[in-house]
Amino acid sequence: MTSNDFKELAGDLLAQVKRKGATEAEVIVADGHTFSVQVRLGEVDRLTKAREKRLGLRVFFGKRSASASTSDFTKEALESLVSDTCTLARAVVEDPTSGLPAGDLMATDLPDLDLYDPTELDTETQIELARRTEAAAMAADPRITNSEGADFDSSAGRFVLCNSLGFVGEQRSSSFSVSVSPIAIEPGNGGMQRDSWYAVQRKFARLDSPESVGREAARRTVRRLGARKVSTRRAPVIFDQETAGSLLGHLCSAASGYALYKGASFLIGQLGKRLAPDFVTIYDDGRRPGGLGSRPFDGEGLSSRKTTVVDRGVLASYLLDTYSGRKLGLASTGNASRGVGDSPSVGPTNFYLMPGSTEPADIIRSVKEGLYVTELIGFGVNMVTGDYSRGAAGLWIENGELAYPVEEITIAGNLKEMFAGIEVIGNDLEFRGRIASPTIKLREMTIAGN
Amino acid sequence: MKTDQEVELTRFGVTELEVRRTLGKVKVPSVDYADLYFESVASESVSMEEGLVKRATKSVSQGVGVRATAGEKTGFAYSDEVTRQDLEIAAETARYIANAPQGDHPVPATHRTKPSRNLYPAETSIAEVATRDRIELLNLIDAEARRYDPRIKNVMASFNTEYKIVAVATSEGLLVGDIQPLSRLQVTCIAEEGANRQIGTFGGGGRAGFEFYRDQDRYLRYAREAARQAILNLSAVDAPAGVMPVVLGAGWPGILLHEAIGHGLEADFNRRKTSAFTSLMGRLVASEVCTIVDDGTIPFRRGSLNMDDEGTPTSRTVLIERGILKGYITDRLNARLMGIPLTGNGRRESFQCIPLPRMTNTFMLAGESDPEDIIRSVKRGLYAVSFGGGQVDITNGKFVFSASEAYLIEDGKVTRPVKGATLIGSGPEILTRVSMVGHDLKLDEGIGTCGKDGQSVPVGVGLPTIRVDEITVGGTA
Repeated sequence: MTSNDFKELAGDLLAQVKRKGATEAEVIVADGHTFSVQVRLGEVDRLTKAREKRLGLRVFFGKRSASASTSDFTKEALESLVSDTCTLARAVVEDPTSGLPAGDLMATDLPDLDLYDPTELDTETQIELARRTEAAAMAADPRITNSEGADFDSSAGRFVLCNSLGFVGEQRSSSFSVSVSPIAIEPGNGGMQRDSWYAVQRKFARLDSPESVGREAARRTVRRLGARKVSTRRAPVIFDQETAGSLLGHLCSAASGYALYKGASFLIGQLGKRLAPDFVTIYDDGRRPGGLGSRPFDGEGLSSRKTTVVDRGVLASYLLDTYSGRKLGLASTGNASRGVGDSPSVGPTNFYLMPGSTEPADIIRSVKEGLYVTELIGFGVNMVTGDYSRGAAGLWIENGELAYPVEEITIAGNLKEMFAGIEVIGNDLEFRGRIASPTIKLREMTIAGN
Repeated sequence: MKTDQEVELTRFGVTELEVRRTLGKVKVPSVDYADLYFESVASESVSMEEGLVKRATKSVSQGVGVRATAGEKTGFAYSDEVTRQDLEIAAETARYIANAPQGDHPVPATHRTKPSRNLYPAETSIAEVATRDRIELLNLIDAEARRYDPRIKNVMASFNTEYKIVAVATSEGLLVGDIQPLSRLQVTCIAEEGANRQIGTFGGGGRAGFEFYRDQDRYLRYAREAARQAILNLSAVDAPAGVMPVVLGAGWPGILLHEAIGHGLEADFNRRKTSAFTSLMGRLVASEVCTIVDDGTIPFRRGSLNMDDEGTPTSRTVLIERGILKGYITDRLNARLMGIPLTGNGRRESFQCIPLPRMTNTFMLAGESDPEDIIRSVKRGLYAVSFGGGQVDITNGKFVFSASEAYLIEDGKVTRPVKGATLIGSGPEILTRVSMVGHDLKLDEGIGTCGKDGQSVPVGVGLPTIRVDEITVGGTA
């Protein structure tokens, strides 16, 4: 189906629900194709190909609403979608806050943000890219003797949003990614370590070379060999780009309007207050060209934008869609994120910490004794209180040098204190996902080990 | 709607002949095995917050996954339309891995079966429960939680149901279907006292109908438990940091087994020799008081299935017997490549995913100790009774799981509640430090979801009260 077919279909459904008495409605139609290949030890292990499509409908009867979705686009299926959704909406109670955004807020400028690459790679090319990535990792060090495989994935899709206010928006995007998880064996005791590395871009031509991804994965894996525990203590902790990004992710969840109005965030009442030192500035930028979280309009059809979330250490904005904004008496920040069949929620676009000027190596050199964290596992983060306790692995720092790898330890603290305790920000910001951070150093956390 | 487990292919818009023809195109001589997995899922969710049931969603999805395996290779394609043309495109992709030309190859005549048992006969199909009944349930939960304590300031509850119909057709001639209901009720309470704000969560579910929640007022118990946890956390002190003895309560703390042992015994990791358990089969990996099984055959449980997603009947697999590592859990591909038995653990999130060896309900059998004696045996340690999620690094065996309700044990007595903390250990070592196992085996309430390779599947866990002599507790005190 063409994009115009999608828009026609959406228009038809909007008319149908209006005839059934709906006061407002919204239709999302999305489709796309994906390709995925995994190569392990040089051979194709898995190969997957698919096309998918889905249609979602949200209806309002005054202040009552419901949503539903289907992958079946036949006339009968869509008729039953319409009648089921209308029945559901009439069954729930009135919610005075509900409703589409005000009509005059709908996005009118829909810039091309460089999110779509029509490059179609043939199957053999994609297999070869995965193969080269794994081969580079395996060749990088003799201690790498096994692998969980290398993956190459490509996908492209369309997302059409139409509502009864007359908004019609379409966005197209693509994604290309490569990753590998090599396994190294300790010559002494046969103990194994695994790590991984990856690259992901909207345009194929911008993707890191398979060789550089493979070599980085190997470097990260081999440096974990011989890991041991350290004794329980308090010490400075440096988070590498990946783990620092996870801290930013927690902040992003806590800044979500839904967590806030439900009373489920440690950032309640913190707007306008100091969260971190004055060299900490955090943005959410929905219009970064080629960004993995970029989009011309959000999940409700509002313009995406650049929001300063933390301005020189002060919490300057929450992340909001229309509903959660209304609950908090604030305007949407254009952060409605949307599954095809769900009502909107809030999500980041490109959420990042502004880099500082310090080289990561100099940050490490500034620590006499402390932890450089490269991996975090588990779910020990309490969004309501900010209490934080996660399993960690990384390298122990002695006299400014990475001395030996550590594992089977936890790091614990409270997110509010952790953000207040940021001492240094690295100059190494790189966008590898929707959330990105340079290396950061925290003054002190509790490390539990032996 | 049919209540027995016999599934007709016509409901997916295909005939047996078309299925056989597709399998014939996929199963070229160099392909070892091929299957088609048809799935249709209707799910419904209602949720409540601020005393209002204001969200309701419904979703319907249907599709087919086509798979071929050749040696260690898997070719897979899926489509949300089940037309003959879609099946042919999918077959083409699946066959690609075999490097074989197109052709029609004979596959055995279809042998229709239905699962030999029905672990979850639903008398009223959950899909037919009226939305207003669901809403009524959530309203009563809100009232119950607020009645528990005036410091409960917000109650969030959601009720999700799924009605899944599947059919598997294999190149070996098997054609078998199943109807798999699943539901879950989850309650979250926020308690406030001055600036102190805390959360409590509780819930349950299974492959059961609506009556399950009304039976013995289960839904009201969920509300009270979530409220109790939130109120309890108002007085929690900082958790300790360091190595200490930990007593795990019965039931949901069985997540320890799932993370520490279960994942490491999934056959794929062991065939690839990437699991910390790879060379430990037949060896002592736990103390002799530990016997651990994975059992997909317990009626109505969240992790149970009449058959796995490859049509193999589920079973009870002994993973560890009196401390000795005994068995892996398998899917077809890995069982064939490793020459070990099928255990009925080939599971997939949906038709869009390939099957992987996954757990069902994983638990430790009851021992002989009295739970009170187990607590009394600890001079200074932690008593953990409820957990959030857990995670494991399969390769080095390090795992974590995070306590959401825990207490200090001081001089053999349970004393103050402590804030949540992550516990970290090493899978192949942790069970060697289990010195006491209670006689109070309990399975969890039915809320577990396991993630692997981006695929989520419902699972169960269980545990009697146990004493772990040493584990690292990741608190701040």
